[in-house]
Amino acid sequence: MRKIKFILQKEFIQVFRNKTMLPMIFGVPIIQLVVLVHAATLEMKSIDMYVVDKDLSSLSHKLINKFEGSPFYNISGVSFSIDEANETIEKNRADFVMHIPYGFERDLIRENVTQVQLLIDGINGTAASLINAYSISVISDFNRNIIVDLTKMPDIKDLNPIAVETSYWYNPELNYKTYMLPGILVILVTIISMFLAAMNIVREKEIGTIEQLNVTPIKKFEFIIGKLVPFLIIALFELAFGLVIGKVFFHIPIVGSLWLLFGFTTVYLLTVLGIGLFISTISSTQQQVMFISFFFMLVFILMSGIFTPTESMPVWAQKVNIINPFYYFMRVIRMILLKGSEFRDISHEFFSLLIYATIMLSLSVWRYRKVA
Amino acid sequence: MENHENIIEVRNLVKKFGSFIANDNLTFNVKRGEIFGFLGANGAGKTTAIKILSGLSFPTSGEVKVAGFDVYKEREKVKKNIGYMSQKFSLYEDLTVRENIRFYGGIYGLSNKYIKEKTESLLERLKMNDIQNSLISSLPLGWKQKIAFSVAIFHNPKIVFLDEPTGGVDPVTRRDFWEMIYETSDSGITVFVTTHYMDEAEYCDRVSIMDQGRIEGLDTPEELKKQFEAKNMDEVFIKIARKQ
Repeated sequence: MRKIKFILQKEFIQVFRNKTMLPMIFGVPIIQLVVLVHAATLEMKSIDMYVVDKDLSSLSHKLINKFEGSPFYNISGVSFSIDEANETIEKNRADFVMHIPYGFERDLIRENVTQVQLLIDGINGTAASLINAYSISVISDFNRNIIVDLTKMPDIKDLNPIAVETSYWYNPELNYKTYMLPGILVILVTIISMFLAAMNIVREKEIGTIEQLNVTPIKKFEFIIGKLVPFLIIALFELAFGLVIGKVFFHIPIVGSLWLLFGFTTVYLLTVLGIGLFISTISSTQQQVMFISFFFMLVFILMSGIFTPTESMPVWAQKVNIINPFYYFMRVIRMILLKGSEFRDISHEFFSLLIYATIMLSLSVWRYRKVA
Repeated sequence: MENHENIIEVRNLVKKFGSFIANDNLTFNVKRGEIFGFLGANGAGKTTAIKILSGLSFPTSGEVKVAGFDVYKEREKVKKNIGYMSQKFSLYEDLTVRENIRFYGGIYGLSNKYIKEKTESLLERLKMNDIQNSLISSLPLGWKQKIAFSVAIFHNPKIVFLDEPTGGVDPVTRRDFWEMIYETSDSGITVFVTTHYMDEAEYCDRVSIMDQGRIEGLDTPEELKKQFEAKNMDEVFIKIARKQ
């Protein structure tokens, strides 16, 4: 055990003496959290719309006014020509076109049915479906109002007997930042711990000092623990630091127990550090480590549910997520912070990761060879 | 039966990398307390052999005992009893002289008190008191080599393996270095050293000369010179390398 103390001491001296490490530890979280949380938003604020109004009736004006009145839309132009409208989409000057055909008002009054066409730029599928959903809700709201106007029936409420009232639990205003910040924290903590640990061992291989260590009677587990603990501590510190930033700048709610969060994070970090150490035992250069961990990071992050709910992924993808450490932590950090989940709520994730950590750490101890 | 005079016993050591034979049937002993020179051209298999002896690599076949322990079964015991200074540079560049010594002392399980006292006397002997808190990266190569050697014998091993310790070092520092090797030998530590410099071979008690994975000559420098009818070790070496 005393030997571990000497390794820890050495690692910490090296970390704090390294001129790029301190800026990494403090700078990266600030930049990532402040920039990414603001930037990675799914809210649509200014949708550029182009209107082709061939009807020029009072009803079509009302519909256009309805859009104009919404804070989300920004009318970039109006014309009679559908060709001109298409061109604005092609030139990226509009996100979508609303085409009100000739006879819009007449058809509605005579036949009770009329049509509007929406042409949406589908380059970004997510944005397109959001524009579609927003616009449909604006149009159906308009629809309800004209029914009232046309029928002049005061008890029109009966036409809409089921009133849907939505309330969003745990994030009542659907604040995107509240949702994104914990997710970005997960990535941050993971990258710092996994990368640094893997790079550290491989650097010793490259320089040749590992040979000097391998010729000493140091035990494999002592070596692994000595390499693991410094980065565990740094990553836990990163989490605390990130939470402070979140609380101060973004006012994210911290509903659950911080002890539980840090306890869970420790088990999570043992898993990712285990993966990092394992990668370092099978690589001989820092370049190899970079490529291997980049590959896994990218796949794991995109599948983790940071942007898209894992439940809507195909079944095979959900199966793959069993070995995705991000997946567990992404769920749990949001559950604890936003929902105030307790240990019994996250025990499944906790024990899964505990098994995972045990496997990865055993693998790296087993795979680590005291040879040159 | 264990021979107490021999600290290293090698019988029919073979090391293959695929079809390449790096060590071809080596058999030799190293006596307790001697300075054993391990010579050979580049690629003759010296480093391979030294790695096997220090437990960094497994032999393909043969019997190897170091400090009385089998390198197959008792590698960790072997490691406790040896020091090793590799061809590659083995100190941490971003740690100071003192921190390096302390770290290696610590992982050999030495007590704080021992580390402290021995560090003081070591710095005194190397005349490095002034630079004890300088980073290794700021020191000239010769100084680094001396520190690396001191670190390799810091835990008082029975044997120390030096793999080309004087490569790239100026003649004065090389002389200093050999002084240190003699001091080490006098204190009872067996020294196993590989080198390219034939003048250094003359400083050894016994010398083995390897060529293409085989030991072609093994004796005292005097005997080798007689045996090969050579004026100096240089000639011995060339005769062996050209013989084939």
